[in-house]
Amino acid sequence: MTEMVDQVRVSATAEKVNARLQRRYAVEKRFRFYGIASIVVALSFLAILLFSIISQGHTAFMQAEMRLSVTFDPSVIDPDGGRQKAVLSSADYTALVRNALLARFPEAEDRLARREMIALISQGADLELRKMVMGDPSLIGTTRDVWLPAAASVDQLRKGHMSRDADKGGQFTQRQLGWIDALESSGNLSSRFNKWLFTSGDSRQPELAGLWGAVVGSFYSLLVTVTLSFPLGVATAIYLEEFSTRNRWTDLIEVNINNLAAVPSIVFGLLGLEIFLNVFNLPRSAPLVGGLALTLVSLPTIIIASRVALKAVPPWIREAALGLGASRLQMVMHHVLPLAMPGILTGTIIGMARAVGESAPLLMIGMVAFIVDVPASPLDPSTALPVQIYLWAASPERAFVERTSAAIIVLLCFLAVMNATAIFLRKKFERRW
Amino acid sequence: MTFKILAAAALATVALTATAHARDQIRIVGSSTVYPFATAVAEQFGKTSGFKTPVVESTGTGGGLKLFCAGADENSPDITNASRRIKQSEIDACAANGVKDVSEIVIGYDGIVIAKAKSGKPLALSREQIFKAIAKTIPQGGKLVANPYKKWSDIDPALPKDDIVVFGPASNHGTRDALVELVMDEACDKFPEIKALSGDSKKVACEAVREDGAFVEVSENYTVTLQKLTALPYAVGILSYSYLDQNGDKIQGATVDGQAATYENIAVSKYPLSRPLFFYVKKGHVGVIPGVKEYIAEFTSDKAWGKDGYLSAKGLIASPDAQRKEEAAKSKELPNVKL
Repeated sequence: MTEMVDQVRVSATAEKVNARLQRRYAVEKRFRFYGIASIVVALSFLAILLFSIISQGHTAFMQAEMRLSVTFDPSVIDPDGGRQKAVLSSADYTALVRNALLARFPEAEDRLARREMIALISQGADLELRKMVMGDPSLIGTTRDVWLPAAASVDQLRKGHMSRDADKGGQFTQRQLGWIDALESSGNLSSRFNKWLFTSGDSRQPELAGLWGAVVGSFYSLLVTVTLSFPLGVATAIYLEEFSTRNRWTDLIEVNINNLAAVPSIVFGLLGLEIFLNVFNLPRSAPLVGGLALTLVSLPTIIIASRVALKAVPPWIREAALGLGASRLQMVMHHVLPLAMPGILTGTIIGMARAVGESAPLLMIGMVAFIVDVPASPLDPSTALPVQIYLWAASPERAFVERTSAAIIVLLCFLAVMNATAIFLRKKFERRW
Repeated sequence: MTFKILAAAALATVALTATAHARDQIRIVGSSTVYPFATAVAEQFGKTSGFKTPVVESTGTGGGLKLFCAGADENSPDITNASRRIKQSEIDACAANGVKDVSEIVIGYDGIVIAKAKSGKPLALSREQIFKAIAKTIPQGGKLVANPYKKWSDIDPALPKDDIVVFGPASNHGTRDALVELVMDEACDKFPEIKALSGDSKKVACEAVREDGAFVEVSENYTVTLQKLTALPYAVGILSYSYLDQNGDKIQGATVDGQAATYENIAVSKYPLSRPLFFYVKKGHVGVIPGVKEYIAEFTSDKAWGKDGYLSAKGLIASPDAQRKEEAAKSKELPNVKL
């Protein structure tokens, strides 16, 4: 009798336990589902972002160019025949372009027709010819087939970004469309790799606008940033971690460093404006000043990462070194720092990656500007990659839309390479204890 | 020790660069409306003149004048672009900082366009109707009431039955000043209730825009407005003419007081919302910073700002011939600006 009661009791308990177990399983299942769902949401946002950027930007890497048979007429380029550099550089190369176009389309006789014809080719085509002649003066007097950049509107038309129909915003007349079709069908108008995008500075002509000035500007800024923030950051981290005694002051410093890491970067830009420009009188728009402002942005990240890396070195390494008679400095320099280096480098690279994508601090110090010349030193005016993206995004010309996305692709590639390097360094040199 | 050396090195770098060479490159700041034109001139100037290409920053008209007037030394900009005239307070601020001689050039005209997506219903508006759509308070039955209009058809049954959503310039834009001056101040005089007011209360009644969500302020560039318009076919945006010129396949301009926003109409001031564009030159820098005079000459040449110049291809509306001639003459003398 009592056995049966016991059995009933047991089965009742088992049922309860089972039910609770089911519930716990269900909760866990739900939790997993939430986790997966949030990963899917995050990934799909990333996918949408990448898709929209790449689908808009990939066309910018190719650009319409026109093949013209250009006669390097000596009477236009160098009437005296002296072949002097100054004469060659100031010659009217636009006339060569115009003559070549006229030879191609002799039917364009009146002024309006000629204007329409000239509108098909880039305003920078003459610069290409000048570059050719300056590089090789023996071209003068010869006739060559030259690929020259077409006007951005022709490029947009071929890419289908502009309608042929004037009612739908097309910018071409029937006559111009006829010429474009004639060039196209004879193979004299085709898409070629957009070398300007990677070799020239900014321009108001979309077909000539390039990222090189911005890339060099970003490079100089990063150079200044890394030479200042790496030694400063590592020295700070070593002192705080290995030498300082814990007291109220070091606590205060620690709290402040952690706070600085969370300060919005525009604040550092304002600081840069006040101190570097107004007090030190450094030149406006210079990558040097940009680099100094970005140093302030990336220092906290580097200090925090370096301290974590130093902390991860087990204490018995230090004790063994000290036990064998090493001084504290020897202990740090010979043993602790080399072991912590992979972590420090990773932190530095991540700090640099943050700095290279930063545009707000540069806004205040005048790096958001139209700058054509590629900077030759950190003191020359320059933009940076994120700033160039912002400037192109603000341009009214249609052809800058795809170039904006192309610039974003280039910046993302930079960041991906930097982060991949950080991961590689960590994987290769990391020691586990 | 390491720290000391590093700190010393950093200081030395800063000290060395502080003695940097004199500037050999023109610096221009100012209006985002003028920016596309100023940059085009700067690029052309850099290509053909042998001087370095000027650096052009887009800071907005107000911000540009502030930088321009901050000082007379070489670190301050040489030229500032403006989409409205300089104010007396700004001239005073300039003078207080030692910038006494400032010269003004009118470079051409810009139209303020009331734009809509091409797929939306076309709008034909009067300035009064625009005022009614965006003002904070509206005179009704003898007194001012909070703007009650939710749909365009509430203002006039002939207008489309769309919600009023206007993307307009925030107060940091020169375009906003022009909108207030050309539309709101003009329109509010037509209402006896507002005309009866005076002083600050009239200013508020005329110039305050509604804050109930129907007028969305855009403080960035016009690209944001352009994107909003193409996404929302019923939305209306207030833009500078060059954006309509370059994006004619995406957006359409409303007619204002029966006039379409075309190049020709703006050039002869038939279209009511047209305004002059300016740049201001710091005379103290002419002859000190190399190229300032030549840059001005490039800007005021007919191949740049003329009717068939390269700026008109960028959407600048050329001033009438007589005015261009007068301004070009002025650009050689550079007389001080007088309001």
